[in-house]
Amino acid sequence: MRIPFKTTYDADLGLFRDPVQRRWYAALLAAVLLLPLAVPAYLVDISLVFIYGICGVSLMVLAGYTGLVSLGHAAFLGIGAYAHVFFLQDVGLPWVVSVALAALLTAAAGMLVGLPALRMTGVYLTIATLAFALIIQEVFTRWERVTHGLKGRPVDKPVIFGVSFTSDVAFYFLCVALLIVALWLTANVLRAPTGRAWVAIRDSEIAAQSMGVHLARYKTMAFAYSAGLMGAAGALFAHKIGFLAPDIFSVLLSIQFLLMVVVGGLGSLHGALYGAVFVALLPVLISEARDYVPQWAGQAAAVLGKDAGSAVYLAVERFVKQPGLEPGVFGLILVLFILFEPLGIYGRWRKLQVFFSTFPLYKRATFRRQKTYMRSERLR
Amino acid sequence: MTFFAADDLGVNFGGIRAVDGVSFEVQPGEVFTIIGPNGAGKTTIFNLISRIYDPSQGRLTFRDEDITGVPAHEIARRGIARTFQNIELFEHASVLHNLLLGRHAHARPHFGQELFFLPSVRARERVHREAAEKVIDFLDLQPYRDNLVVNLPYGVRKVVEMGRALCTEPTLLLLDEPSSGLSVEETAEMAFWIQDIRSLLGITVLMVEHDMSLVGAVSDRVLALNYGRVVACGTCQEVQSHPDVIKAYLGG
Repeated sequence: MRIPFKTTYDADLGLFRDPVQRRWYAALLAAVLLLPLAVPAYLVDISLVFIYGICGVSLMVLAGYTGLVSLGHAAFLGIGAYAHVFFLQDVGLPWVVSVALAALLTAAAGMLVGLPALRMTGVYLTIATLAFALIIQEVFTRWERVTHGLKGRPVDKPVIFGVSFTSDVAFYFLCVALLIVALWLTANVLRAPTGRAWVAIRDSEIAAQSMGVHLARYKTMAFAYSAGLMGAAGALFAHKIGFLAPDIFSVLLSIQFLLMVVVGGLGSLHGALYGAVFVALLPVLISEARDYVPQWAGQAAAVLGKDAGSAVYLAVERFVKQPGLEPGVFGLILVLFILFEPLGIYGRWRKLQVFFSTFPLYKRATFRRQKTYMRSERLR
Repeated sequence: MTFFAADDLGVNFGGIRAVDGVSFEVQPGEVFTIIGPNGAGKTTIFNLISRIYDPSQGRLTFRDEDITGVPAHEIARRGIARTFQNIELFEHASVLHNLLLGRHAHARPHFGQELFFLPSVRARERVHREAAEKVIDFLDLQPYRDNLVVNLPYGVRKVVEMGRALCTEPTLLLLDEPSSGLSVEETAEMAFWIQDIRSLLGITVLMVEHDMSLVGAVSDRVLALNYGRVVACGTCQEVQSHPDVIKAYLGG
């Protein structure tokens, strides 16, 4: 078991817990940077993982740290994407300026949504954000001068300071860089008073208020910051998919973002990234499974005879070719996580860490969930 | 000068008059206790003072200033801190994190600087940390510094919550049932903390309490409430032997 030996207050102010952790992150960064050299080109197409990573960090700030659950984050992604394409291709601004403006514009939109949020809590807020997302999707459809409506609008490859990011590998590095910046900024805010105020609002609004936290201001800030990150992610997303249409930014995408933070583990930046990996790669896994699983099942059943083999093959193939399979699997996984691992993948990871660091002494009850009744008499 | 005074304070919840024309004054440096049967309006008075509820009538004065219209998040900055009857700590944060949040009233967060964690932010964080460490030393919370609150026993949580209130550097500390849920030994310890807070830190304490041994041990003056009205006010002995107080508790 490793115990960090802290001798200064600054040891608690750093981004990393101790030098060992810093080295692990350096190793991870090296692995991510070397990945394009090591694997075939088509696999580098996983830049979506990093874009979703920014989205995950964004929603994690709001849902995981401030406790405001939003079902409208696809709309923020859309605002960022359309704004970026508009500034870039219609106005003709440079790429960096365009992304910054898109992020700021989305942050302003987030602030507007955040204002009514001050009077709503829990599920009512979630429904309000859902309504916002539906309205924004309608705006994307109708505002044809900017969005080209249902015809959709093609997006050029990014060109930054004269350097073209046409190749997948270059775009991969661009996404990695932006994700690192997003993580760095967010980690900075979270270890400063503002981040603490957000956590306070999540855990007890009344106590936060009595400690001097201006609820309205910090909730609005959380919304604006979260939306701003989403706007930046939207700019990358636009380049990634290469073609914007209103139906991309549907409620289903918002649900995927929520799934991302819940499955990854609410209340940790790690969780946002685990969730991003999971949500971005699960569709790939499912489509791979579509090709192989019927064969395997057929071959396995063929032991019982040829007829049984082909029957199982056809049945399994019919099942996996169902169009609704993907959302179904997403939903099932969400339910299973909420039932068995509410702390998500990150929670599971922490348990593994504790298991190995305390190895022969690990107690099974360490993480047993308890019912507590201390908060029974809440003010609301 | 008036340190703290409630003047003809009242609040209605629908048809229920929870607090009905309560007036009292707290002198600087004293421990002032409010007692009363369940539903007498004790915690409601606390929620009125910390401005979570708006009073329907009356006014609150703190250090010669009218604080009846001050927003709830301004109260801590003025020097009034509080604890809650059913502990309201930030459960999924460490003890240190909770104490640092108690410093929020003195933090002047600047979002632009925080984004990049500029040296100015780091310097302010160090100052807050030193203040929080003083409270940790004062309340002997060293072993729990990095523990998550959710993993701590109830008695420690009570102390942590008091520590968080002390971190705001209050001049008036509101303690809502500091001994509820504590064992006899922990209650005795709480009595020492309250005396220390008054005599070593010079903080005036206004508390709501049921445990008469604790009330008798630390209180300078006691106010008895029933149905939102003042029944008696005076020293612990006087109030305990007051016929109306006995009637309120025992009936008859």
